[in-house]
Amino acid sequence: MRKFRLIAGVLVLGLSLAACGGAKVEDDSAAAPSASAAGAAGASAGGTVKMAINGWVGYEASAAVLSYLLEKELGYKVEKVTLAEEPSWQGLESGDVDVIVENWGHEDLKKKYIEEKNVAVEAGSTGNKGVIGWYVPEWMVQKYPDITDYKNLNKYADLFKTSESGGKGQMLDGDPSFVTNDEALVKNLKLNYKVVYAGSEAALIKAAKQATDQKKPLLMYFYEPQWLFNQVKLVKVNLPAYTEGCDADPKKVACDYPPYDLDKIVSKKFADTGGKAFELVKAFQWTNDDQNAVADDITNNGMSAEDAAKKWVEANPAKWQAWMPK
Amino acid sequence: MGTAAIEVRGLWKIFGPKADRIIGSPDADLEPAELRAKTGCTAAVRDVGFEVRPGEVFVVMGLSGSGKSTLVRCLTRLIEPTAGELRIDGQDVRAMSAKQLRELRRHRVSMVFQHFGLLPHRRVVDNVGYGLEIQGVGRSERNEKARRILSLVGLEGHEESYPEQLSGGMQQRVGLARALAVDPEVLLFDEPFSALDPLIRRDMQAEVIRLHREVGKTMVFITHDLSEALKLGERIAIMRAGAIVQVGTPEELVGAPADDYVADFVRDVPRAQVLSLRWICRAPEPGEPLDGPELPADTVIHDAVPYAMASDRPIRVVADGELVGVVSRVDILGAVRPGDGPLVGAAPAGAPGEA
Amino acid sequence: MVSAPVQAAPPVRAPAPVRRLPRWVAPVAGVVAVVALYVAFRGRAVLPHDDDATLFHWLNDARDWVDANRNSSPIFIYVVNYIRLGAAELFTLIQSALTALGWPGLVGLAAGLGWLAGGWRIALVSLAGFAGVGVLGFWEASVETLALTLSAVLLSLLFGIPLGVWAGRSPRVRRIVTPVLDVMQIMPTFSYLSPMVLLFLIGPASATIATMIYAMPPAIRITSLAIQRVPAVTVEASESLGATGGQTLRKVRLPLALNTIMLGVNQTIAAALAMVPLTALIAAPGLGEDLIRALARVNVGAALVPGVAIVLLAIVLDRVTRAAAQRRGGGNRARAVRWGGFAVLTAAGIALTPVMAQEFPEQWQVQIVRPINDVVDWIETHWYVFTGFLNDTVAYGLLNPLQNVLTSAPWWLITAAVLVFAWRLSGPAAGLVAAGCLLGVAALGLWAHSMETLTMVLVGSLITIAAGLALGVAAARSRWFAAVLRPLLDAAQTMPSFSYLLPAVALFGNGRFTAIMASFIYAVPVVARLVEDGLRAVPGTVMEAARSAGSTDRQLLWKVQLPMARGSLLLAANQGIVMTLAMVVIGALVGAGALGYDVVAGFAQQEDYGKGLAAGVALVLLGVMLDRITQGANGRRSPHKKRNA
Ligand SMILES: Nc1ncnc2c1ncn2[C@@H]1O[C@H](COP(=O)(O)OP(=O)(O)OP(=O)(O)O)[C@@H](O)[C@H]1O
Ligand SMILES: [Mg+2]
Repeated sequence: MRKFRLIAGVLVLGLSLAACGGAKVEDDSAAAPSASAAGAAGASAGGTVKMAINGWVGYEASAAVLSYLLEKELGYKVEKVTLAEEPSWQGLESGDVDVIVENWGHEDLKKKYIEEKNVAVEAGSTGNKGVIGWYVPEWMVQKYPDITDYKNLNKYADLFKTSESGGKGQMLDGDPSFVTNDEALVKNLKLNYKVVYAGSEAALIKAAKQATDQKKPLLMYFYEPQWLFNQVKLVKVNLPAYTEGCDADPKKVACDYPPYDLDKIVSKKFADTGGKAFELVKAFQWTNDDQNAVADDITNNGMSAEDAAKKWVEANPAKWQAWMPK
Repeated sequence: MGTAAIEVRGLWKIFGPKADRIIGSPDADLEPAELRAKTGCTAAVRDVGFEVRPGEVFVVMGLSGSGKSTLVRCLTRLIEPTAGELRIDGQDVRAMSAKQLRELRRHRVSMVFQHFGLLPHRRVVDNVGYGLEIQGVGRSERNEKARRILSLVGLEGHEESYPEQLSGGMQQRVGLARALAVDPEVLLFDEPFSALDPLIRRDMQAEVIRLHREVGKTMVFITHDLSEALKLGERIAIMRAGAIVQVGTPEELVGAPADDYVADFVRDVPRAQVLSLRWICRAPEPGEPLDGPELPADTVIHDAVPYAMASDRPIRVVADGELVGVVSRVDILGAVRPGDGPLVGAAPAGAPGEA
Repeated sequence: MVSAPVQAAPPVRAPAPVRRLPRWVAPVAGVVAVVALYVAFRGRAVLPHDDDATLFHWLNDARDWVDANRNSSPIFIYVVNYIRLGAAELFTLIQSALTALGWPGLVGLAAGLGWLAGGWRIALVSLAGFAGVGVLGFWEASVETLALTLSAVLLSLLFGIPLGVWAGRSPRVRRIVTPVLDVMQIMPTFSYLSPMVLLFLIGPASATIATMIYAMPPAIRITSLAIQRVPAVTVEASESLGATGGQTLRKVRLPLALNTIMLGVNQTIAAALAMVPLTALIAAPGLGEDLIRALARVNVGAALVPGVAIVLLAIVLDRVTRAAAQRRGGGNRARAVRWGGFAVLTAAGIALTPVMAQEFPEQWQVQIVRPINDVVDWIETHWYVFTGFLNDTVAYGLLNPLQNVLTSAPWWLITAAVLVFAWRLSGPAAGLVAAGCLLGVAALGLWAHSMETLTMVLVGSLITIAAGLALGVAAARSRWFAAVLRPLLDAAQTMPSFSYLLPAVALFGNGRFTAIMASFIYAVPVVARLVEDGLRAVPGTVMEAARSAGSTDRQLLWKVQLPMARGSLLLAANQGIVMTLAMVVIGALVGAGALGYDVVAGFAQQEDYGKGLAAGVALVLLGVMLDRITQGANGRRSPHKKRNA
């Protein structure tokens, strides 16, 4: 009991010390030591950078290289926080995340967190071009040449039936947290399909490999940049063409995904006090091939993210040296 | 006669919902079973009144469920009485604030329980010192006191043991020591020895008698064992279904039971060992010789037997120097015979009652 | 739970030939009626899923309001944000304390505490357990998990013990608290997350609070029980000496209740450890993060190893607190030895900290991820035909038809059927509550998804209970089998629910069957154990009597043991169902869809927030419904007595 009282006392004390005029979420100094301490520090003494890790390996590849450089070249400590996309944005507000390395669009979130709440800041393009779409294995296109037009999908719905699709064709999606309009698309394009979530990128990849190896029909959500395209031939299905604003209402979308210019988002605090770390994040820019090379090493060559990043850094000094803060 | 140590008038305790409404209503006169059936309430103590003199050992006895424990707990309001008056040393207990009541329990009245109620996680000294500890007495002082009391109850050498390491009798000695440690004026015992086996019980009874002689406390002693009551009690109250049926000395109870219930209770008591000659003497018949041995009226019948045997003359019974009657050999035999039955534990020499 | 009455309870479904008609006529008539109504009204009064339900929009608006006012509304600035701040501070404090100890210091402290609680045996367990975590290569993450667990447990106890004491002292408080605790314990872990995120955002603070709430019920329950069990005489003795209420509490009630309360602490820790990995979904650090990452990569080895690390932590904490709960007094010398040993071990550990490396030495770590994955790969490629067949059989043979029926039946028919079924099985109150829950689900606009979830739960529980029964009976009949099974079950029970998803995914791909298999692995240990305990609790004298009457082993089982263990069997069924629900929901992470998916999507996609929150509530309702239907189990209702409270 005595111990409890002590702790309660400490808590009350802590609260009352902080209790002048109420608490805002950014006051959360305890949870976010952040890079602030590192402000002017040189390469040896860094702070901590909290980096969100979203659930696809391309993201991880970019994050790996960035954190390798932050740690090895600038002396920061990088804390990786595994999170889904939207919670990562929340993390920018709550202080649990400093950097989102690869952001896919999310205009609504930009509006909320950058414009309205003013807790986040854009930190420029990663140089990667993003594509999201519906894909079928190449053999299916050879066998059913007109399958790449969405208008013909209903004709082939039977091919895609599985135990999970409830009598309709199966449209296989990834992680429920990924950017997707597929349920709306299926509905609004009047397709006789059911969206089934595989749960992760890896599950999608596995499905794609099986579909190719065992010639099993598969229609799935996928995206570029992705190392898998170097191994497995997938063909994109043509949805109604994207036009500016056709995806404004997520429930009424009936058009293809827009082309994405992937970019970095950082918290306002990190932008203000992140010093060299922020400068590096801002300057980071590379190509889809760069990312795929690192992602391939991580996934298929049994390397840890750190080793894969090291390999790339050693092989491409010119590229990363251009990012380093002066 | 000074103020009574304990004075109880019209005390009621009714368990159950809306208990206070029952008192004063016709329901109050119902038998407990009917009352329970009708209202769902249990009348555990019903209109009880008695006085205990300072230094007296007052025994309350009755069958299981007759309300003895409830009554004794009402005395320090461990159970809150429903109605009635209650004075200890002239002070109104029912009017006491929580603080005053605590002071009463801490310094003036303490209690010994049937199932000991010792604290298993504390050593014997700490159990005995518990009452002092909650009064705020310092450790060394209370340890010193506890040790003294422990030697008084014959437990020296066991100070460091834990209760579970002691026998039942020893544990109850600890309970007794705990009650004595706060040096109270009044000791309440709620069937303290019922859980003990007969031999140990006898030891403990002797212990209480000895303590009473040595420290002279007022004692209220609850028991359902008649022989224990007769052995310890200066006066005995008999309870039935929450009410007191009769209060009196052992002699009065055995000699003049108030009703069949009490009579039933005392039926098996060896009358010759409780009653005095006063109860069987009669006016001398005409022509009866009045030169037999002379004995005081409060001689226990049993003790008169040798005299009756030694002389064929009737015994002359005298009180305050005057003749109150005579008792013949036949009278004495008649009084002794029904009591020849089971004789409870007591040795003939240590006959009960006052010497 | 071992309430096997000596007079054999009449079995509910006696296998013996039925003598009187009414016993089977009523149920059969009921089933026939339901089937007839279904055929007649099929497809009518169905409630198809609508993502656009008004309720979801309201909830979204509520979320938007909170988001907009988080830094201006007084409720947030003066209350909620401080709670968040306090929890974050506590977590940081504990985490930095644990980190500051360094790994040798922490291992030393653990061993010291083990010594203090239960002598050299427990010290050794602690030492081996904590060192094992390092050897597995998860030291840092384990410390974070430990810190999170400890902060949550600390808070749970801070609030739970006083509440428990209060409930223990006051029957009225008990009456209010008990049903709340019931619901809290039935609530699937998933449902806690969305509301937490709304109030406290993501991060360790939110995770700490969610875990605290999840872990509190056992602390309250067991403390209350412990306080009630303090002998009345002892309390009375203290009061008779003039102790104040506070003195009696401190010097009598709490010390006497302490050992039992320690068991409560033990249970609280177990509950916290079950919840903590899941909070990685809301950005809590620790082993849960590794689990999620492994899940995203479908890497079985990488998911099992952190799972084992959690098991090690759980075993150490369990053994230490259990030993502490059994500790008895003893003399001064014993005390000196205890504290001396504690001091020596801890000091030794801390002294080593500056000498040893900051991080757990890499050369001491063993890599077992690769070999595990090799095995999994082999199974995957070689058993593919078999696992695929199994998946399809269950999906086409059981899941799809059942789901079809449930989603195409009129809502009122299902509700009425549940009402009658629960009524018969567990009494009128249970029936009404169960039916009420279903109506609630309908009102939430999640009928269709709830029926899908229900389908998985029914099929999953069926498989689980059947297997658990078989294992339990086998274990009860063969000491040898029990000895082999016990440790396996022990480990399986402490494994975080997460870890089970992956082996299932590897074998069966993504989908409902995988979720069912995961829930099977998750719930079978508990069911098997309850069955075994129940059968073992049948008094030897009864068995002897039956044997002396010439019963065969089989007759013994069917006519004596199973009927007499009815209470435990029902409890096993109840637990099996509730656990299956919890796990099937998590199966949404591997594509099982339904309510679980709504919840996951709720905190992953802005516009789905309202639906997710509603789905969390629907899950609670489903849980309460299932629990009430089988509540005859929890000893709340015995076959003989009327329901008590
Ligand atoms: N807390 C209570 N609530 C309700 N009824 C009670 C309570 N305590 C006692 N009673 C009832 O009051 C009556 C008297 O009980 P009490 O314990 O005083 O009897 P007793 O004479 O001490 O019996 P015993 O010799 O068995 O100790 C019994 O009928 C009992 O059931
Ligand atoms: Mg009693």
